Amino acid sequence: MNQDEQVKVLGLWGSPFSKRVEIVLKLKGIPYEYIEDVYGNKSPMLLKYNPIHKKVPVLVHNGRSIAESLVIVEYIEDTWKTSYMILPQDPYERAMARFWAKYVDEKVMVAMWKACWGPKSEREKETKEAYEGLKYLEKELGDKHFFGGETIGFVDIAADFIGYWLGIVQEASGVTIMTAEEFPNLQRWSKEFISNNFIKEVLPPKQKLATLLKAQFGSVTSD
Amino acid sequence: MEEQRSKVTLHGMWISTYSKRVEIALKLKGILYEYVEEDLQNKSESLIQLNPVHKKIPVLVHNGKPVAESLVILEYIDETWKNSPRLFPEDTYERAQVRFWVSYINQQVFEVMGQVVFQEGEAQAKSVEEARKRVQVLEEGLKKHFPNKNIRENDDVGLLEITIIATFGAHKAYREALGVEIIDPVNTPTLYNWIERLQDLTVMKEVEVPRDKLVNFLQNYRQKLLQQAASA
Repeated sequence: MNQDEQVKVLGLWGSPFSKRVEIVLKLKGIPYEYIEDVYGNKSPMLLKYNPIHKKVPVLVHNGRSIAESLVIVEYIEDTWKTSYMILPQDPYERAMARFWAKYVDEKVMVAMWKACWGPKSEREKETKEAYEGLKYLEKELGDKHFFGGETIGFVDIAADFIGYWLGIVQEASGVTIMTAEEFPNLQRWSKEFISNNFIKEVLPPKQKLATLLKAQFGSVTSD
Repeated sequence: MEEQRSKVTLHGMWISTYSKRVEIALKLKGILYEYVEEDLQNKSESLIQLNPVHKKIPVLVHNGKPVAESLVILEYIDETWKNSPRLFPEDTYERAQVRFWVSYINQQVFEVMGQVVFQEGEAQAKSVEEARKRVQVLEEGLKKHFPNKNIRENDDVGLLEITIIATFGAHKAYREALGVEIIDPVNTPTLYNWIERLQDLTVMKEVEVPRDKLVNFLQNYRQKLLQQAASA
């Protein structure tokens, strides 16, 4: 079976979840067809390939579809065992990578989102949670170039929102949680992350993203 | 051999379904372990040190190193002890399906099931309806993606089966304690059947909480939560 046959990604240009999949495909040198879904309007293709969650991203490989960005990322890692691997070999190191990716995905991103755009009554609580979460990540990253060590790995990809979107979200919403002074490691990391040649190619343009976010969620001053 | 001599410790709680999942996996693979019961109402220093980020169980300690989050622990177990049963299928697409459905159960179903425990009246009825809807989605998913599943012995048990038995194994106790039915042989025959077959396995009987104890716990827990909500 030709592995590279028919890899399609159904995504949204502004979505960090969608971009996780594109990032790993690019890093691994896997060619794919990208299909843009439609903001605010679930396309028939989306409903066909992800009837359960009706969300992007969806990967279609050899006619079969997979949903949930981190499930897709692990699938890509399992299926294309090329020279660029995003998870380490050692089971304990792999467990640590999965732990931190999960932490970013389920705790930190959710808290940050709610802190910026959630119901006003909860923003203070969510901001505190987001701040604490980022502190743990700051410590975990330490002096390393990336969470994955010398090269970009599973956790870095899961944290793409922090690497690129967060700065724009903070500006657009007027809520600042991550500052350069308090998070020097994450600040340094995010600069390196977004200057990677493969990642640069897929990141959405800053201004366009800011406009989209403001349109979708308004600013912190509105109710 | 190094692996046989290095100690495995599981920090868990008797009532936790996440803790159960890890116990099941360890027993299935014949891994000897020490069990430490933790009290989340009164967290021990050692638990906080082992899992400073979440301060929760389960935590598996192996070679002196802690691993937290049940799903992460189960993958770690499968990658470290490669004897059967393998918790993940060989085929990468099937593996992705297992990951997807485990995630669905953990994030979509379990959460709404939990709400049923501390809600009453209209709110509870809504949660029950939502839980049933989501369980129906799972039912369809199992029928579609795992149509030939046959559970007869330990080798037939993997991550998805473990997640199912841990999450839904107590459905009859829930019905008794709360008067709420989410799974039944008519509407969710596939899921119901998987649970029945899994419960027949010795390993599951070993970790099962006795029905009376569970019903009692659920009733007391519910009372406590309702009182807390009333006085809030």
